[in-house]
Amino acid sequence: MESRRNPRAVVDPKVRQVGFFTSSQPESSSTQPHQQQTDPISASASASSPPVSTISPSGNSLSPVMIPPPRLNSSDTFPLRGAAAGASSAVSPSSFSYSNRRDFPDGSTTASPGRHSRGSFVKSSTPVASSLPGIGMDSMAAAKSSSVPASGLTTVSVATMPPGLAEKASGMEVQSDQKKNSKPLKEKTTKAERRAIQEAQRAAKAAAKADGGKVPPGTSASVASTSVKAAKPAKPSTQKNEVAVAAGVTEKKGGPSEKDRKKDAPHPRMQYDDESRVVKAKRRAVVKQTEAKNRVELFRHLPQYEHGTQLPDLEAKFFQLDPMHPAVYKVGLQYLSGDISGGNARCIAMLQAFQEVVKDYSTPPEKNLNRDMTAKISSYVSFLIECRPLSISMGNAIRFVKNRIAKLPITLSESEAKAALQSDIERFINDKIIGADMVIVKHAVTKIRDGDVLLTYGSPTAVEMILLHAHELKKKFRVLVVDSRPKLEGQLLLRRLIKRGISCTYTHINAISYIMHEVTKVFLGASSVLSNGTVYSRVGTACVAMVASAFRVPVLVCCEAYKFHERVQLDSICSNELGDPNAISKVHGREDINYLDGLTNNANLQFLNLMYDATPSDYISMIITDYGMVPPTSVPVIVREYQKEHLLV
Amino acid sequence: MDFQVVILAGGFSSNLVPLVSKEVPKALLPVANRPVLSYVLDLLESNNLKDLIVVVEGEDAALKVGGWISSACVDRLHVEVAAVAENVGTAGALRAIAHHLTANDILIVSGDIVSDIPPGAVAATHRRHDAAVTVMLCAQPVSGPSESGGSGGKDKTKKPACEDIVGLDSWKQFLLYIAKGTEIKKDTRVNKSILCAAGKMELRSDLMDSHIYAFKRSVLQEVLDQKPAFRSLKQDVLPYLVRTQLRSDVSSDQNNVEENGNGKNNMQNNEVVLSQVLSNASLPSFHQVYESGLDSRKTHKCCVYIADESKYFVRLNSIQAFMDVNRDVIGDANHLSGYSFSAHHNIVHPSAELGSKTTVGPHCMLGEGSQVGDKCSVKRSVIGRHCRIGSNVKIVNSVVMDHATIGDGCSIQGSVICSNAQLQERVTLRDCQVEAGYIVCAGGEHKGETFARK
Repeated sequence: MESRRNPRAVVDPKVRQVGFFTSSQPESSSTQPHQQQTDPISASASASSPPVSTISPSGNSLSPVMIPPPRLNSSDTFPLRGAAAGASSAVSPSSFSYSNRRDFPDGSTTASPGRHSRGSFVKSSTPVASSLPGIGMDSMAAAKSSSVPASGLTTVSVATMPPGLAEKASGMEVQSDQKKNSKPLKEKTTKAERRAIQEAQRAAKAAAKADGGKVPPGTSASVASTSVKAAKPAKPSTQKNEVAVAAGVTEKKGGPSEKDRKKDAPHPRMQYDDESRVVKAKRRAVVKQTEAKNRVELFRHLPQYEHGTQLPDLEAKFFQLDPMHPAVYKVGLQYLSGDISGGNARCIAMLQAFQEVVKDYSTPPEKNLNRDMTAKISSYVSFLIECRPLSISMGNAIRFVKNRIAKLPITLSESEAKAALQSDIERFINDKIIGADMVIVKHAVTKIRDGDVLLTYGSPTAVEMILLHAHELKKKFRVLVVDSRPKLEGQLLLRRLIKRGISCTYTHINAISYIMHEVTKVFLGASSVLSNGTVYSRVGTACVAMVASAFRVPVLVCCEAYKFHERVQLDSICSNELGDPNAISKVHGREDINYLDGLTNNANLQFLNLMYDATPSDYISMIITDYGMVPPTSVPVIVREYQKEHLLV
Repeated sequence: MDFQVVILAGGFSSNLVPLVSKEVPKALLPVANRPVLSYVLDLLESNNLKDLIVVVEGEDAALKVGGWISSACVDRLHVEVAAVAENVGTAGALRAIAHHLTANDILIVSGDIVSDIPPGAVAATHRRHDAAVTVMLCAQPVSGPSESGGSGGKDKTKKPACEDIVGLDSWKQFLLYIAKGTEIKKDTRVNKSILCAAGKMELRSDLMDSHIYAFKRSVLQEVLDQKPAFRSLKQDVLPYLVRTQLRSDVSSDQNNVEENGNGKNNMQNNEVVLSQVLSNASLPSFHQVYESGLDSRKTHKCCVYIADESKYFVRLNSIQAFMDVNRDVIGDANHLSGYSFSAHHNIVHPSAELGSKTTVGPHCMLGEGSQVGDKCSVKRSVIGRHCRIGSNVKIVNSVVMDHATIGDGCSIQGSVICSNAQLQERVTLRDCQVEAGYIVCAGGEHKGETFARK
């Protein structure tokens, strides 16, 4: 237990050294040299971090860092249940008109002059095919008088589709999902017996862990927290039929008993080197995917598909995916084609699509809104995963949405429930993403002083906002935008910064060690911050952070708290994403330098286009989040104290 | 998916005289003994599009088309037929039914295509880019009989008429320029601002507009309202939208307006920040770059979907195309026909009667109840229902429609015999078209002629 806060744990030679871990050099830099600098950030950061590393684990349960409560402008004026109920009346007519829109509204029957009076747009139970012979000749002739007469429609063929055709498809999916999920519950033992067995197992495991000594900090923290939870009386679990969780999103909801069960056997991530599982997953998949042949051995467990095979196939199926909501489909296509990238944007796009889903949702007969909607969202999520693996932030957002659905009181009517859900999602976007960014901007701007040279890598949203805001406050600073192939996101950032009149320098990551001399602070974005302080971010971030820390330049990571995750990750291998290998082998528009043409399928050549990397906490001076500026060692505290209440309540 | 499908089935087409007539509108021309419209309906049905609006020019034609649809597609599709006045053009037809269009996006399909390109693809591309219009382009079909040379010189000269010249951006996603090949005599104008914004334009003449479009409804209706002179979608509306894509008059949607408003820095407004985050995250198209460069500019996107070359696509808009389609549907593209082929790669209806020593070669079709006399030879041809064909007849590369009568000793090559037509004994036809009900006198020898009553 002692070692869990010790930063040396990660540089211990027994631990497999992969990723960006150097020898103990950073430790020395984290204590002394930082304080020698007159910079207030590094002073405050390092002033708070050493006490944490020496603090006893028992003290950890009371949050050791004073974190200011979140102050959001919108939180005070947030419309609560009452307002939501009020809004529901406004929502219900719109949903009404939507359902009507498929069939032509009756009002138009009388309005259109050329329309045959017997032509009925409403699907009748008997196939009306005979309305033709009597087609209104006279009415047609009357309509002819204008140059372009408004023409009427005549229903000549009416499909007698069974009403529940679309529902049936989705319903089958739900059933299969539930079946899949109910399997583990099908054991012959009674509930009490199972519980006893589990308790015993857990106790044994905990004991083994305590003996082992070297425990990853995240797990021990969670064990501690769960043991506290277990002492509480077990709440009746609200949702029994949890739908299978999307791979990669560790689920945690419902009563503590459910949570414990999940903790003990975490949902395994799909390992793509496991042939049989891949075959199984493929059968379920909506998107037809051809796996890339030449994958780098080390990253075999990650999915990688032949680029360009998925999009045409998915596009062709546009109208055939019945249960898919158009908004979700559009977002999926945009993920797949790379039209939307970046953690925040992807998350917002997904949530907005879910808002549309909720808006257009109507509970099928004999179904429960909570369960059916959860199942629907799950199927959408698995579709989105097929388009592109979820980011951790999206996982958190999905968890939030599902929880809100599960926690909806049964007494609410459908329209009220929908309004409540929509406003919940709206609130998440406004408070947790946009609002959080603004708080981050407020905090971070205090660290920018006149004469600073700020370095940023890629195109992080939060950092861009900080820079723009600082510029508005008439601070004098210069920005160094570091970029890398193949995405060259920095160029877009650069364009926007220059438009605002900020003086910039643009360079590629190759030149990082030269350019670092003049930098006074490094601002980085993050895809996620893990509970051991590791920053999971755009590939190349670790390199920038490492060079900066070698040059004793403070590294500030800007990350909204909704992206924090309790997972612990030591390297960037076990969980990562592989991009399109063609993106690194080809340069668009430069056919003259495509020397690798024709080698793509060569067995001796493997392309590796990693999307993310993990930056160890040693290289990070401070994490700026909506709960304030904290050292990376305090991330577990935020995860523990705030994540739960904000995502789950 | 919030798409409405409009099939423009046309009416009477002057290109197809004498095949079409008052009795047989263009949409009902038989291709391998099924109306050409059925291929479109099948394609849409296989893509799960079951709510269709079929627009037909002229009430008589509408009656006929409607009658056929109601007999063929009952229980499967929900089809509405709208009759519009003749000669209003495609844009006029859409204007006439504009008040029935309610969905956000409209998929417009020409009623004379025989293809297996999934229309969902164009719809998906449209949605992905949030485009004002998306055009499906496909490779220029190979015209003329591929194997045996039987095509008339007259048709060959007609062929370049459908050639389009399209300009694409370097990612082949956006349409920068479109013109009909025949309209360009010597030189043409290319919009400079579009060229500057896109940086690079690829002009191609090997692609063809397939007459499958996805339009944003608001844009389409606005253009139709504002420009009453526009008659044709392809020749007026589409070039107009392409031309004005960087100085858009049409309000694509409210979103666009919102995005334009975010030029001012307004940290307090969540909505603005939200749209900014989203727009910053996506890779900007040249439209957005252009928009950001100059204030108060509005743009809309014109996208293209380029169909895979392996897909089959033909528009039935000329007699030559009619021959090609008939040949391909029972030949190379036989998956479209929906028939099951015999071991000899032909379809002979069980009720058809063949005389002794008569051979029906591969890629042939013989309709129900047709009688073929002795010592006949049928190669690469489609013969309709209840035809009576005498002895010693040679039919090669031809189409014989229902109820035609062909006398003994005729030789027909590369010709179309419409329904109820009669060929008396020993007529030799080469590259001819015989109108419905026409009687060709005995013993004549004709080449490249059209038989029609005045």
